[in-house]
Amino acid sequence: MSDPLIRDGLVVFAKRACETCLLVENEMRRVSRELPGFRIISQDDPQFPSDVADVVDDRSLDLSWLHRIEIMPTLIRFKAGEEVERVEGWDRAGWQRMTGITDIGGGLPPQRPGCGSMSTQPGIYEKLEARHSGKTWLAARKVEFGEHTDPVEVCYERGWTDGLPVTPPTDERIIAMLKGTMRKPDDIVGRMPPNLADCTVEKVAINAVMAGCKPEYMPVLLAAIEAALEPVFTLHGVLATTYFSAPIIIVNGPIVKLIGMNSGINALGQGNRANATIGRALNLIVRNVGGGRPGEVDRSTLGAPSKFTLCFAEDESDPAWQPLAQARGIAPGKSAVTLFQGHGPEAFVDQKSRTPEALTKSFAMSLVKIGHPKLVQSARAVLVLSPEHYGIYREAGWDRVRIERALYEETIRPGAELVAGADGVGEGIPASRAGEQVPKFHEDALMVVRAGGAAGLFSAILPGWLAGRSRTELQPVTKEINE
Amino acid sequence: MSTMKWMRDPTAETESVMRARRAPPKSLEGLTVGLFDIGKTRSDEFLNRIEQRMGELGINTKRFGKPTNAKVASKEIVDKVVREADVVLIGLSD
Repeated sequence: MSDPLIRDGLVVFAKRACETCLLVENEMRRVSRELPGFRIISQDDPQFPSDVADVVDDRSLDLSWLHRIEIMPTLIRFKAGEEVERVEGWDRAGWQRMTGITDIGGGLPPQRPGCGSMSTQPGIYEKLEARHSGKTWLAARKVEFGEHTDPVEVCYERGWTDGLPVTPPTDERIIAMLKGTMRKPDDIVGRMPPNLADCTVEKVAINAVMAGCKPEYMPVLLAAIEAALEPVFTLHGVLATTYFSAPIIIVNGPIVKLIGMNSGINALGQGNRANATIGRALNLIVRNVGGGRPGEVDRSTLGAPSKFTLCFAEDESDPAWQPLAQARGIAPGKSAVTLFQGHGPEAFVDQKSRTPEALTKSFAMSLVKIGHPKLVQSARAVLVLSPEHYGIYREAGWDRVRIERALYEETIRPGAELVAGADGVGEGIPASRAGEQVPKFHEDALMVVRAGGAAGLFSAILPGWLAGRSRTELQPVTKEINE
Repeated sequence: MSTMKWMRDPTAETESVMRARRAPPKSLEGLTVGLFDIGKTRSDEFLNRIEQRMGELGINTKRFGKPTNAKVASKEIVDKVVREADVVLIGLSD
């Protein structure tokens, strides 16, 4: 303890806005009168307790932070600058022992729990930590700007944004974000393409701040990054391609409710903070840490709005439905992310089919159009099944496996219709396959995910990247979220 | 009194924290060199001499300036320099 104010003797930390402190106001006054050197340190009002001279003003909360005060009031004894004893809240026996005043608090109840210290309040704690220690342990270099400069504009000028404003990554915000994970700031999550730069947890937190994430999103974001960096996800290619694709994030499990993700109305759209910012953070990390920027390594001919963000949760409200994560090997009760290389959504409308067979044929008519109706066995696809369309399958007892298999079979077509030049269209498969029955997809290339609002016989297709010349060349990746 | 604030760098820190300057041209041939007078005492003497020497070498020059060194150049003046010159030499005088 370096504070000369309290090298030896007793001090009490208190605040006026605390019922327990008000209860013991007279006791604090009495100790102040009877024990020379007793100091009262007030967090919110240097006039509290009233009629006591020399109350130490700790409205900055620096002393409270330095002494790790958690409860109001806290009575501490120091000896030669070291803390030797502490009593939190009101504890009559403790106060009598520490002050040596044997009848203090005689008219009060023996014990009363205290209130929380202002220095531990969310938002304040991080500021104090940044002021006292964060400046030294955050590793990312500082980028300075003038007092009167708008930090949002600084981020634009430096090329750190996706075109939308970002939240400036200040020390306070980064430290608060790092509270969202148990991982150390200098842990390396992986090497981020295209530049294969080391991506530390701290850099993830900085970009998460910029994207607008809350600290509790960090486990989802970290899992998404790990999934994106699996070699079979081919993140470099997803970024560099002239096609429309970007990482799409689908979240399953208990964490969906914990962080308030949307799997219902407008699940693929705007308006939910977690959906919007987790996906955005991943793309910002590719841009800022990996150095992947449009017109440089990102060569997308047209791009897609889903390159800003496309992240949503699966609707797991029906126990009869096997969630995507479980279908991909994650144990029930665990949370997971599944990353898919794609874009979208593309609309699907069928308001008249009433049997699973009819609806499957109907979906097939739209699914075969992915990329081009005559291109086959390259793209994967996600079918986002709305509640009303799902109801038709559910009533008939169809589960995930049966739906995915039926969609695969219904998208097999005669090769003669698909060869280059057929119907006067140059695009198509080689003429040598004219005699085959040709599937649109590889057998494991369709994933069905449930989401959407209760009303509307609409579903959505998220077309995948047209780069899978073999079914193992690129794959979606599922990772368990370590909460 | 102006103080500096800071943010943390979200990038891999492979580039200088300062914004990169444009590479200087390999030759001044065919380019227009802007000679910019910031408005400080005797900067014109320096720029007059430069203008004369560049003229002797066949280099195109064009004079620009702002009324006073006490104020930053207005956007109109900066835009005019960007439009009309390829490189700029600023006379700081004293």
